[in-house]
Amino acid sequence: MTRLSRRNFIKVSTITGTGLMLGFNLSGCSDDSGNSDKSSTTSFNPNAWLRITEDNNITIIVAESEMGQGVMTSLPMLIAEELEVDLNKVTTERAPVDPKFGKQKTGGSTSIREAWHPLRQAGAIARDMLITAAATTWKIAVSDCSANNGHIEHTISGKRLSYGELAPLAATLPIPETAFLKNPEEFRLIGKSVPLLNGPDMVTGKTLFGSDVTLPDLLVATIAHCPVFGGQLTSMDDSETRKIPGVQDVVRIDSGVAVVASHYWAAHKGLQSLKLEWDTKGNERISDQSIMDRFSSHPDTANEILSQTGDPGAGLQQAKEILEAFYTTPFQAHATMEPMNCTAHVHNGECDIWAPTQSPDDAQYVASTYILSTTEKLFAKIRRKISDVRLDAIRVHTTQMGGGFGRRLETDYVAEAVQLSLATGKPVKLIWSREQDMQHDFYRPLTHHRLSGGLDTNSRISAWKHHVIGPSRGKSTGGAEPIIYAVPAFQLGYTEDNYPVPTGYWRSVGSSHNGFVIESFVDELASSAGADPYQFRAGLLEHSPRNLAVLRLAAEKSGWGSPLAENTGRGIAVFESYGSHVAQVAEVTVTQSGTVRVNRVVCAVDCGIAVNPDTIKAQMEGAVVFGLTACLKSAINIEKGRVMQSNFHDFRLLRIDEMPVVETHIVVSDEEPGGIGEPGVPPIAAAITNAIYAATGVRIRRLPVSPADLARH
Amino acid sequence: MTVLNINNNKHQIDANDDMPLLWALRDILGLTGTKYSCGSGYCGTCTVIVDGLAQRACMLPLNSLVGKQIITIEGLSSDSLHPVQQAWLDENVSQCGYCQTGQIMAAVALLNEIPDPDDQQIDRAMAGQLCRCGTYQRIRKAIHLASSMMKTSQDEK
Ligand code: FES
Ligand code: FES
Repeated sequence: MTRLSRRNFIKVSTITGTGLMLGFNLSGCSDDSGNSDKSSTTSFNPNAWLRITEDNNITIIVAESEMGQGVMTSLPMLIAEELEVDLNKVTTERAPVDPKFGKQKTGGSTSIREAWHPLRQAGAIARDMLITAAATTWKIAVSDCSANNGHIEHTISGKRLSYGELAPLAATLPIPETAFLKNPEEFRLIGKSVPLLNGPDMVTGKTLFGSDVTLPDLLVATIAHCPVFGGQLTSMDDSETRKIPGVQDVVRIDSGVAVVASHYWAAHKGLQSLKLEWDTKGNERISDQSIMDRFSSHPDTANEILSQTGDPGAGLQQAKEILEAFYTTPFQAHATMEPMNCTAHVHNGECDIWAPTQSPDDAQYVASTYILSTTEKLFAKIRRKISDVRLDAIRVHTTQMGGGFGRRLETDYVAEAVQLSLATGKPVKLIWSREQDMQHDFYRPLTHHRLSGGLDTNSRISAWKHHVIGPSRGKSTGGAEPIIYAVPAFQLGYTEDNYPVPTGYWRSVGSSHNGFVIESFVDELASSAGADPYQFRAGLLEHSPRNLAVLRLAAEKSGWGSPLAENTGRGIAVFESYGSHVAQVAEVTVTQSGTVRVNRVVCAVDCGIAVNPDTIKAQMEGAVVFGLTACLKSAINIEKGRVMQSNFHDFRLLRIDEMPVVETHIVVSDEEPGGIGEPGVPPIAAAITNAIYAATGVRIRRLPVSPADLARH
Repeated sequence: MTVLNINNNKHQIDANDDMPLLWALRDILGLTGTKYSCGSGYCGTCTVIVDGLAQRACMLPLNSLVGKQIITIEGLSSDSLHPVQQAWLDENVSQCGYCQTGQIMAAVALLNEIPDPDDQQIDRAMAGQLCRCGTYQRIRKAIHLASSMMKTSQDEK
């Protein structure tokens, strides 16, 4: 048993007053200070609940959203473990959206990390309250009772009472001061692979995604945005559109124009028949080439130094050898298989929203800005806050998402659906076409990187300078520091340079491109030093045992160093992000025409205690495919201020016939869990391009890899 | 008005006959297991089975379907799970699940034609089925598993 002073827990009286309900907090701070008197203060607002009813229903109520990362399976596992119940006895409900619960985002690979302590504590506290209730009922010592499979048992007589039977009495007891958590070796559920609880619904088509929402009198809409970023509609002719059977209305809203119809097909045909004129605000001058040209013309000195250790200038000067390189990474779209969509129903000043969203709290806020009165808006503007009473009238129903990857942290499509319902007075389901989804994303930013590195006489890195040029500091420079290697002198510089292309959070955000840049440049340094890329890295990771261990494991499992076929190479990369450590070895074959085939990827991951190992493997496989697609196949190009790609024929995703064998090896650990949705993405591009280098001698410094660069190797 | 045979039932569909089957299924008949993703035949998310073959519902106007037998995910098996669905669960294939009904329909059509496909045959048949979550490796495994499950149940008969 691990004794943990519990953090804030409160009892909540249930509607019927007969069950046990504990409220607690899932938040970023894993503070276990045990400041127990906090639990009785009124300022404490729980944002998660555990409810045990008399009829033995056990429910956790949390604000996480499911998008394929398996969180609706792994969170109940944490409770079920400590509460001593079967996993399938625990159901999950989505918490209502309310600002007093704090942020309600699902992003940043945080779900398990934030829930690890509080959910297990909730299970342990409830279990001990039920035990006390049983002991009181039977008038025996607590130590003679044990929890097992949804019941408390009297160890000697074998008497048992179900949790439901004990819940009313337990609800009258004080909350214990200390939670006794199991030690990892006592886990019966955590660490076992459990299939996703919603698996059966997904394979039968019963899962309700946002785009599947149906309501009485529901209208279906689809939308056109200005093809040039930042432009606005100046005029439109909708006479042909209005003749199409099923078309109900054509509505101009702040982001574009939508056709509202009785079904999607009529809305789609209606949109095709609209004649639209846009004011492009001069943004047709923008192209990704012009942005890249501008970025490469920046002086070498960064506008800001974000982080520095040692004296990188001197380090470079004294180096035996200096290496310099430029890297460029392109715009990438999220391209979730389910396009952006949202259903809204504004009625009598209230609003219901059904949205596949990673940010139900932002969805609620953005909706409020449209349905508030002018005075309320003014008030909100001044106070920068909308009274909770008004927000209560906006109910966000979060649906399953057909992929998220960061795209559904944005609320643009929610604002649109709300405006359409306001304009028509009806419930409206807005579904973007694939083309609109592709051309109006919040893209991973295009960034430019300048690196200088020095090697000392022992062929170790003596200095490292990385200058990132791009928009939005966080999205451009995230993951660029600290680097995991022992480097005596380090500098990260940043030059902000914006462009009118919307950028957003793309699975692993800045780490997705900085992982590529750093792990490629380390490889360049290894090669300059004449060292084996794996040994070179290992020599710089002695201070960092977890990174070193995954590096070793990946190398060993991949057969690092063993002979390979012609035109085939192995590349290695290791990266730490979102509290987890991932090393990958990719094995690729490059044909004479420059086509790259990835044969195999070996992943080694240390994400602390592995809650659901099969989910970890699935997330590694998914991350490899996501990152590999961006490395070899897809990119968003801008010309004349607009996105050139429009659908999956020109934004190409990896297909099954290109799928490498992916093997995942999980390091056994008793560290606290790290994230898992994102950490597999950052190293993969470099593992592949480092393998291309090993196979061909061609160093890839600009993504995606172009066969033309490799044809002559 | 078009009359179609969907999941072994006759359905009268009151819509223009250029409407793709996808939208008739989703917006008129309420069969939302068939999903929209690209609308242009690139992704396979909307795959249904027409006269035994995997077809893209977003590309099939209603007037091309009269007299044909259409099976959607909802009609794949009446009571228990189809072996392909069971194999999908056993291999824990789905992540977000959005592409999976289309994947399953394509796999069922493949196994109808080739009961014991090798990896290359799987790749050829499934190459048009995109999955952004990256579940391909498990899809391959699940098709092999379904194949052996179907073979066993054949042998028992
Ligand atoms: S939605 Fe039909 S092929 Fe993509
Ligand atoms: S499981 Fe998400 S797109 Fe395939």
